[in-house]
Amino acid sequence: MSTEIASAAGVPDAPAVRASRPDGKWLIGFALPVFLALAWELAVATQMVGGRLLPTPSKVIMTLVGLAQGGELLDHVLATLRRVALGFVFGVAAGTLVGAVSGYWTIVRRVIDPSLQALRNIPSIAWVPMFILWFGIFETSKVILIAVGVFFPIYLALSGAILGVDRKLVEVGRIFRFSHREMITRILLPATLPSYIIALRSGLGLGWMFVVAAEFMGAEQGLGFLLVDGQQTGRPAVILASITSFAILGKLTDWLLASLSGRFLKWQDGFKPAE
Amino acid sequence: MLDISGVSKRYPNGLLALAGLNLAVAQGEIVAIVGGSGCGKSTALRLVSGLDMPTLGSVSLDGTPVTAPREEIGLVFQEPRLMPWLTIEQNVAFGIRHLPAAEQVSRVSEALARVGLDSHAGHWPRELSGGQAQRVSLARALVGRPKVLLLDEPFSALDALTRGDLQDHLLDLWAYDRPTMILVTHDIEEALFLADRIVVMQPNPGRVRTEVVPPVARPRDRLNGEFLNWKYKLLRELDHASRPPSGDESFPAAAI
Repeated sequence: MSTEIASAAGVPDAPAVRASRPDGKWLIGFALPVFLALAWELAVATQMVGGRLLPTPSKVIMTLVGLAQGGELLDHVLATLRRVALGFVFGVAAGTLVGAVSGYWTIVRRVIDPSLQALRNIPSIAWVPMFILWFGIFETSKVILIAVGVFFPIYLALSGAILGVDRKLVEVGRIFRFSHREMITRILLPATLPSYIIALRSGLGLGWMFVVAAEFMGAEQGLGFLLVDGQQTGRPAVILASITSFAILGKLTDWLLASLSGRFLKWQDGFKPAE
Repeated sequence: MLDISGVSKRYPNGLLALAGLNLAVAQGEIVAIVGGSGCGKSTALRLVSGLDMPTLGSVSLDGTPVTAPREEIGLVFQEPRLMPWLTIEQNVAFGIRHLPAAEQVSRVSEALARVGLDSHAGHWPRELSGGQAQRVSLARALVGRPKVLLLDEPFSALDALTRGDLQDHLLDLWAYDRPTMILVTHDIEEALFLADRIVVMQPNPGRVRTEVVPPVARPRDRLNGEFLNWKYKLLRELDHASRPPSGDESFPAAAI
């Protein structure tokens, strides 16, 4: 209904919902990391701290450049990105399905929620030996481990948010004789979209955390492998280069997700923080 | 014909909200239900809409029992209840999703034009005033061309000027398809301006005190002497209805 109506009528965006133009204010976000990097660099240069176990930012950057020039960095990044992407997709699909069903049907929630809440508290690393036994040492176990990490925040946020949806909106769906499926897809999921998007970002963050544990499981490529390799060969600059790559990729993917999801939240009439 | 027969409603907490309501509403008739808080007006409307089921009695439309919300029965709530993530036209199309896309477009355009909001089709609900949002809610209820339109204090949250404007507008809309209308309101003037028949209810438990057919010619003028005379008569009736019952008026609620 909605797309046909909007496209057929050729409806323009209302002025209040046009996307804001980038104005460079986001650059202020670089101030803190740049300041810390400079302070770190200065502290080593003035021999206030030793640089052997804590390499300077310039050395970490040089290491990253070296890894990039050899093509090694790209291989590691792509391997990790692929695992995170697959784990994220599977985790989101499962979390959304189970969260929606559990939020909608009380009986389902009563049956599965206590078990899921217990499983949620198991540390990621605890799953590693079992997943290796069950799914082998190759890609399947790694992707499943990441999916498990992504699943829980999505499930928890969605099932909780559905319970918080305004009863009055649900009654509108009842008046229009919505089926269970329509009630979930046309009222409950859109109504929970702001919480759901926060959960997606939170799930993605956990995906990046779980990929490290996943790449400890006998990986031959990936940033997690690079991290372990740096530790085993006594190269702290490589370890920090790997950590820096995780931070940059995590931030970029979160930014991408936030940007993509922002267009679905144009309808919100939320608080505008002061400058 | 909408037939409400011996309808009572007791909620799980034990509250008897409505006791023995009987009401027959002819096709195209406008009936207003008035009364103070807790007299079961909104409960009656929820039972007629099929949102709730009566504890005793039955509601039927053209001889078919109403046991769940039906396409032929539209409901306008006290608040607009628009979906904030949908544009105005998408909100209006909400109830006609089963129709082909082209028909949806034409019906929505027509409904929005009839409530004077065709220029707001692509706006978000947050961009509308309270009166505009309630007009969208009216358009959403009418776009499916229901035989019965139920209105649960639809203008109570609006200022007097907007309320008067929307009451005029509602009569214009009613004249188009002439659906049966049941209007729940605590505003006597609104009931007298819109309704062919006024049902006065009293609380504890909610039940009908009296029914009035005001002999005021249409179109009704709110400042006309006859209109004002009836307004004061109904206000007195409402005042009596809201007083605690004397011993001989007490209702045998234990039977429900």
